[in-house]
Amino acid sequence: MTVEDEIEIMGQRMNDKIKKIFGRSLHIREVDAGSCNACEVEVNALSNPIYDIERFGLHIVASPRHADMLLVTGPVTRNMELALLKTYNATPSPKLVAAMGSCACNGGIFGDTYASCGGVDKILPVDVYIPGCPPRPQALIFGIMVAIDKLEQKIKRKEALS
Amino acid sequence: MNNEIIEKIKKDLHDNILEESRSHNEIYFTVKKGSIVKLCDHIYYHLDLPLVSIFATDERKIDGSFKIHYVFSMDRNDAFIILRIKVDSKESSYPSITPKIASANWYEREMQDMFGLVPLGHPDPRRLMNFEDWPEEIHPLRKDFDIKTKPPRVKGEYIYRHVDGEGVYEIPVGPVHAGVIEPGHFRFSVAGEPIINLEIRHFYTHKGVEKLFENISIDKAVFLAERVSGDNSVAHVVAFCQAMEKIALINVPLRAIYIRTILLELERIYNHLADIAGIATDVAFAFGAAHANKLKEEVLQLNEQITGSRMLRGMNAIGGVRRDIGDKKNMILQKLSNIQRDFRKLMEHLTSTPSLMDRIENTGRIYNDIAKGLHVVGPVGRASGLDRDTRRDHPYAAYKELNFKVPIQKAGDVLSRTIVRADEICESVALIEQALWALPEGEIRVHLDRIPDGQALGYTEAPRGETIYWIRTIGNRIERCKVRDPSFCNWLAIEYAVLDNIVPDFPIINKSLSLSYSGNDM
Repeated sequence: MTVEDEIEIMGQRMNDKIKKIFGRSLHIREVDAGSCNACEVEVNALSNPIYDIERFGLHIVASPRHADMLLVTGPVTRNMELALLKTYNATPSPKLVAAMGSCACNGGIFGDTYASCGGVDKILPVDVYIPGCPPRPQALIFGIMVAIDKLEQKIKRKEALS
Repeated sequence: MNNEIIEKIKKDLHDNILEESRSHNEIYFTVKKGSIVKLCDHIYYHLDLPLVSIFATDERKIDGSFKIHYVFSMDRNDAFIILRIKVDSKESSYPSITPKIASANWYEREMQDMFGLVPLGHPDPRRLMNFEDWPEEIHPLRKDFDIKTKPPRVKGEYIYRHVDGEGVYEIPVGPVHAGVIEPGHFRFSVAGEPIINLEIRHFYTHKGVEKLFENISIDKAVFLAERVSGDNSVAHVVAFCQAMEKIALINVPLRAIYIRTILLELERIYNHLADIAGIATDVAFAFGAAHANKLKEEVLQLNEQITGSRMLRGMNAIGGVRRDIGDKKNMILQKLSNIQRDFRKLMEHLTSTPSLMDRIENTGRIYNDIAKGLHVVGPVGRASGLDRDTRRDHPYAAYKELNFKVPIQKAGDVLSRTIVRADEICESVALIEQALWALPEGEIRVHLDRIPDGQALGYTEAPRGETIYWIRTIGNRIERCKVRDPSFCNWLAIEYAVLDNIVPDFPIINKSLSLSYSGNDM
């Protein structure tokens, strides 16, 4: 199966999920909290004509205020900690946080040091971990689908409680 | 190495030399601290040797002092001259060379933060890597600082340069940007549209890489080098491995050297394609951007097919490469020839689109003297007429055996940088073809159990330019690893490139300089 076929199948599944939960589209704000920029290469790849995720209802937006989900890369450096928190607080609820890449998941090779917090979950509540160094675009799409499922569960639980 | 020139330099430095040593193509002179400004000035201006790196080492355990190394590159002789001064730990200060040599600016501020060594007479002694909330008197690269320490956040303020005048206002941007790019802060002072001052503030992604090198095993350090600047993985790891191989005095098998060359050039192709796509995006020429991004994706998929990693990671090791790619020769040749054909068509489109050419011609000019003074490297330097390329001046990997041209442009604007990159892509394709046809038979790796004690420079020409590693090993561990990413030099140039340009042109200029935040901040 070619990459294009894989994306077509996964993309359609994602599109169905997004339609069901969000009505139209899922808006993602990417935050680099100290990554080595390889994850950014892959996030940018999602918008190229081969993946073209916009056709499946996935938008990468310019402001956290427009976002349903934060896609955080990097181990969260000491110098980015405050900026990440501010970005999180600027995102309207209900919101999702996905930690993308090995460093975002647990600090990766950069670990927990004087300059690095050692993972996004040390600072923010994380819904989905997308491992890989960097994760391939296919893995990224899969991770986003898992996050959408999680939001559905969250909403159902809330409804059941109220 | 040309001994005549060395003798001449020795004569010039004369009685200031306390000690001299040589290893490989590196000549170390320990000189008197008081004479360093005069000596650097002489080497830099009279002998016309560029200053490629400055770094400190903490040797207080050995002789109670810090050492500062000034690395000059002898481009025409494939050698490096390293001046070394001793800074007593009680004084912790030394004369700054920044007033004479502008490119020393950030190195000296870096050493001030990381080692607590104060450059006396530095024109801008503000903090660089440690932010205002970092306590005084704590310097991460000192040997008595434990990497796990988490110093408390203190109150402090960072003072930006301020421009006053009627109608002048500031635009602060970042660290979180609108696009999918890395974090950094830009502060524009503008009057109407034209930019009259730009101040950049970085080091948001400072991850303590140099300290980390000292605290992990050498096997793991190879992987860390790949992650200093993600899209320049191969250039970084090859520079790292070459320094280690120099220390261990091993000859890497020829086949591995050729495979490395192929990987290095594949990396250059996808990086340059990304930059061209970015420039097209920033002038809202969506067709060109889509086309360039598609080509880049094709290279990334080719990378994955031949190495298993889209970023070509995990291939290099100390002593060679981990995987052979010789059996994929025909596939690589076929794909590259398609990519090159499409790329030529794309460049024809781009250069014949007036809306694009109008935005990039004469935009973001970096004049030759500014580029030279700030030591701008890589395609950006070559677009400003600086005829330097590590592949030719300090041949490594298989570049000595292969034919290639170094494209040069004079104008120093965004257009020149685009043309240099386009020409380099074609050269890279030709280099890969030559390397594949000439790929020698044999082993791909020699295994090493232990790295002996020693020190050496490793260098490569990354897609962004000259990348330099200086490594010292003691007891099969890294004692000090200084990484000099090309962006560390080129960031300084952006403050000049944007002057008198309009704010909407800033993204284009930024993209055309292709700067890494992670490689710069480390």
